Amino acid sequence: MEIVRSQSKPSGPAAVPTIPLYRSAPELEVRLEDFELFAIDRLRVLKGISDGLSRGKKPDEMEKLVSELWRANMKHSISSEVTNKDIISHFVLRLVYCRTEELRKWFLSIETTLFRYRFQRETSDVQRELMAEFELPYKAVGNVEYEGLKDKLSQVARSIGQSLPSNAVFYKVPFEEVPDLVATRKVYIQKGHAYVAMNQVVSLVVTQFRSHLSKALVLTNRKWTSMIREKESDRLTPIVEALATSYLGPDYSQPKEFTEISLKDIDQVAKSSFPLCMRHLFEKLREDHHLKHGGRMQLGLFLKGVGLTLDDALVFWKSEFSRKVGTERFDKEYAYGIRHNYGKEGKRVDYTPYSCQKIISSTPGVGDHHGCPYRHFSEENLRAALGKMGVSSRALEDVIDKARNRHYQLACTLTFEAVHNSSCDAGVNHPNQYFSDSQSILKSKGNSVA
Amino acid sequence: MPGEEENGRDDMIIDQPQSDFMRINALPDEFNPNYLKLYYGKLFPHADIFRWMSYGTDGKHPGCDQSFFGRREFSFTLDNDIYLRFQSFNSASDMENAIREKCPFKIDIGPVYSVDPAKRHAYAQAGDNVFTPVERELVFDIDMTDYDDVRYCCSGADVCLDCWPLMTIAIKVLDTSLRDDFGFNHILWVFSGRRGVHCWVCDAKARRLNNEQRAAVADYFRVYKGNENSHRKVSLMGQALHPFLARSYTNVLKDFFERKLLSSQQLLSDERYEKILDMIPDEGITSDLRGKWQDNRRSSMAKEDINIFRWDQLKHLLQSGKQKAPGLRRCVEEIVFSYAYPRIDMEVSKHMNHLLKAPFCVHPKTGRVCVPIDPDHCEEFDPTTVPTLSKLLGEINMGLRTAGDNEWDATSLGQSVRYFRSSFLQPLLKSCKEEIESSYIAKKEQSRNSLSW
Repeated sequence: MEIVRSQSKPSGPAAVPTIPLYRSAPELEVRLEDFELFAIDRLRVLKGISDGLSRGKKPDEMEKLVSELWRANMKHSISSEVTNKDIISHFVLRLVYCRTEELRKWFLSIETTLFRYRFQRETSDVQRELMAEFELPYKAVGNVEYEGLKDKLSQVARSIGQSLPSNAVFYKVPFEEVPDLVATRKVYIQKGHAYVAMNQVVSLVVTQFRSHLSKALVLTNRKWTSMIREKESDRLTPIVEALATSYLGPDYSQPKEFTEISLKDIDQVAKSSFPLCMRHLFEKLREDHHLKHGGRMQLGLFLKGVGLTLDDALVFWKSEFSRKVGTERFDKEYAYGIRHNYGKEGKRVDYTPYSCQKIISSTPGVGDHHGCPYRHFSEENLRAALGKMGVSSRALEDVIDKARNRHYQLACTLTFEAVHNSSCDAGVNHPNQYFSDSQSILKSKGNSVA
Repeated sequence: MPGEEENGRDDMIIDQPQSDFMRINALPDEFNPNYLKLYYGKLFPHADIFRWMSYGTDGKHPGCDQSFFGRREFSFTLDNDIYLRFQSFNSASDMENAIREKCPFKIDIGPVYSVDPAKRHAYAQAGDNVFTPVERELVFDIDMTDYDDVRYCCSGADVCLDCWPLMTIAIKVLDTSLRDDFGFNHILWVFSGRRGVHCWVCDAKARRLNNEQRAAVADYFRVYKGNENSHRKVSLMGQALHPFLARSYTNVLKDFFERKLLSSQQLLSDERYEKILDMIPDEGITSDLRGKWQDNRRSSMAKEDINIFRWDQLKHLLQSGKQKAPGLRRCVEEIVFSYAYPRIDMEVSKHMNHLLKAPFCVHPKTGRVCVPIDPDHCEEFDPTTVPTLSKLLGEINMGLRTAGDNEWDATSLGQSVRYFRSSFLQPLLKSCKEEIESSYIAKKEQSRNSLSW
């Protein structure tokens, strides 16, 4: 891809499939202005998808959202330029998001989601063509084998609420290639082979897309660090670096001074300003004098984001845990983990507190109390918990309704509004944001805890 | 010298000289570092562990990667809870000497890395994860404490013959699936020493799975979701069960639940039946059953266990065919799954770099050796009779000699080591050898072809 200034040179029509696979940087000339603008447009799409996912939107809602976002942001006045915009914007964002592990993870996840929804909307002919592009060497299951497996395949179909069509086509694929289908038991597997239905082919293709992009990002990072960043230091590099920071919300890794809390106030502050997920963990910790690993991570990092110093954190956790396991065991088995969270051990990474998206997608198991109560609690337990928080019965019904419809963050936002008696327009995206918003309101009412 | 009989540990004739002898040689049943030193000196099968971990690369064939064993991470937990990570060894004797010298209370096995773990810092600067796991067995950890909400005979660290069948179930269900569904062949089941079992899947394909694929296998096995904060812990929706679940239910779960767990755990006793009634989302049925059971009405002729009797009543009501509500269709299965279906620790299986305790370690709390379990005879396994460190050393003290130069051969450990070798190690190494040879040939073909014009 060659970046040029100002001239607008239309490129020749290329024979591209409906969805580009971004296999290699295309032979195109791009204007410097377009370099940035295209990327920003695509970033709006990616950010919109990311938001939709964290609001817990269902697949059909996501499908609508993706096509709306794409339509709104990725058009071009010259219709033959639409595909080029698609390709160019993707490659520019690769430069932006290749530079750290976290950025790569995010970009990979959202681009894969975007690809999945675009692929699903295509006709089966186009889908088959794209499948061939990926050179997937999977054979359709022959008639004889199919007859032998029909019962089992039908059973699987029924277990996921579908039925076997009469002219069903199945592909025989090593199970390693379709991890998401295996994980959700949506395929029949035998001796290491998964039998994938035509409508599940999406999964195959998406896995390939993801795997390829993942490798490409690592290579891009290498090239960026070793060559491009230096070479483009007065042209592209500043643009790329600006793009990276512009769309990531605050991650609360550096707590602001005024929200530093002290141990003596922590119980009161937990009651007034913690979101329900953290309140629950906090209360369980006080009750059981213990939390399992998931809970320690979720609450511990939250407290760090709220301003609890490492020393205070050690005192806090020790005062609870030593009542169950003794001070010696605490020092031996748990203190290390707390210091690790503050970046004082091991890789010395300063871990960032979990966002709502991360908490919602966690899977608390037996004996766990982490996760998002609006998702992971039964309705009964959620009602009880909200009642204890002081949410009025009218507001409670709204919250429950939102939770039932899987709008977990909206439920939390409504809770915030009910408890603080004021509106929260930005919505809740991060527990630490809930906390700092709460503290601001209380401070302005003169009731804050210093 | 008394003790002429070969099997002094079997029927002991309690006569005077014999019991004196036994008293001298019986060690207090504790775990202590001196016993451990002897154990590592005479009993721990160092050579077998080395051969296993080498996966055939310790041979002379030109296709053998000599660096393979040296890139494996081990970790030692020493006395005083000192924890040493990233231990690696270049040979069998290196490993044996380190173990005998440091005398670790626990040995964990980690992955094989891209480079020798001892040299990892040299590769950290590149920032591109050049130091990264490249192979690791697919492992599972099943711990009895994850079943605490469905067992009443013990809790916490204890385990007994009434709750052990839960482990037997887990072994049967997972072993069958790993072989029949996933096509794996080289599977080692190991007693964890106190209250659970570990599973090591050692096929080459398994060792090369990435984290996402491991998580997929673990999720495939997961049925139980949730905890005390959420409701339904087992939810089997859909018009039919996935063939894997159906087979597990029909072949294993139903049988064990009805034949063993119902009575040994007294699941439908007066104090406990509410918990099961809670799983039935139909007031009509639950009050009907409650009514029957509160009266304790049953024919005076009935000799069978009350739990089984009540279970039959419950099944009859739920499966009578009049039930059309989808929530009820699978209710009986859901109850059985809740109480019996395996509960694996997801985190252990998902990550390539997770460290897991090595077989043949001794558990510090119980003194028991982590011996292999034969999945084909797992119903006969008894965790309360697994040889302990003190028992084994007592056997050694009895001075029994055998033809071979292995001390363990004459002890209770002999059976375990022999099983490990014949049922697991030999077939595994045979297949490794074949793989090394064939991939070597394939590589040569490839390079030969690339040279041709």
